[in-house]
Amino acid sequence: MLGPIRWFWRTLRRPSVHFSLGFLTFGGFIAGVLFWGGFNTALEATNREAFCVSCHEMRDNVYTELKTTPHWSNASGVRAQCPDCHVPHEWTDKIARKVAASKEVWGAIFGTIDTREKFLDHRLAMASREWSRMTHNDSLECRNCHSADSMDLTQQNPRAQEAHETFLLTDQKTCIDCHKGIAHELPDMAGVPGWQ
Amino acid sequence: MKHCLAPAFAFAATAFLFGAALAQPVSLRGPTSPADNAEPPPMANFEEGAGRKVRNYPEQPPIIPHDVTGYRIDLNSNKCLSCHARARVGESGAPMVSITHFMDRDGQFRAAVTPRRYFCTQCHVSQQEVTPLVENDFVDLDDLIHPKNASGQR
Repeated sequence: MLGPIRWFWRTLRRPSVHFSLGFLTFGGFIAGVLFWGGFNTALEATNREAFCVSCHEMRDNVYTELKTTPHWSNASGVRAQCPDCHVPHEWTDKIARKVAASKEVWGAIFGTIDTREKFLDHRLAMASREWSRMTHNDSLECRNCHSADSMDLTQQNPRAQEAHETFLLTDQKTCIDCHKGIAHELPDMAGVPGWQ
Repeated sequence: MKHCLAPAFAFAATAFLFGAALAQPVSLRGPTSPADNAEPPPMANFEEGAGRKVRNYPEQPPIIPHDVTGYRIDLNSNKCLSCHARARVGESGAPMVSITHFMDRDGQFRAAVTPRRYFCTQCHVSQQEVTPLVENDFVDLDDLIHPKNASGQR
């Protein structure tokens, strides 16, 4: 049972017989560069909108809904894409999110939300996960573009001014507390705090 | 005076009908033929005010004094109620939905807004900064009763 493991460990501990030190050092270095570059390229490839909507679950549900909102088209012509809001920019957070996303691969393979009905049944659970993530990182993905410091309150309408002065600038609330359902349709909000 | 007006009115009406038969009829949609698409007017801004608007008559559903673009009112959520619901007004500072909205069709007051009063924009509407298409000669009832005070306080 332990035979192969013991053999492998013994090989690993012994000095190399066939390969030169230079080959191992520089070869290892080049292999490392190739591996790291390939890993990051693959990671970036999964961070593109085209990748997200290559599954019909995303294309037919959330992506279609996004197209009706200001995050798709607006006066200033800036568009937010899926990863802008759903993938953290920081490396460690990003990797953590990618690991968590392996569950989504499972869902895609086994068709957890492969019909509109199944999608709607799961919507509250999925939305709650995103709300909770944004609550805990103080709406970091919102603030990557919308910063409270650069917000000109005088250009906002009186209602928005008052709300932002009272709740945002005093850190009583974070973006997602009030701005839910701004890019996608909402699940049944009964029981969600702040909603009826 | 009344006797003098009648023939004048009849003459005016005849002249109008005669003229209308010659000229193209002009409707609210402008001179564009019904078969063509008229140039749409530019999008108007919503009237945004911090304060509340006076109702024109007591039964009028109060107008919405703010922009409600993108506010969904459907089976899943009601954006209006996230500020105007009873439990929410403390934080939002918005006026509470009237208690009349809690009454069901049997006249019973329920704990929350009843389904028949759920769709806010069926009665309450926002206002946009536009020139009215037709002139409005509506007179407030108070002004009708006390015409002298029309410009001052009632």
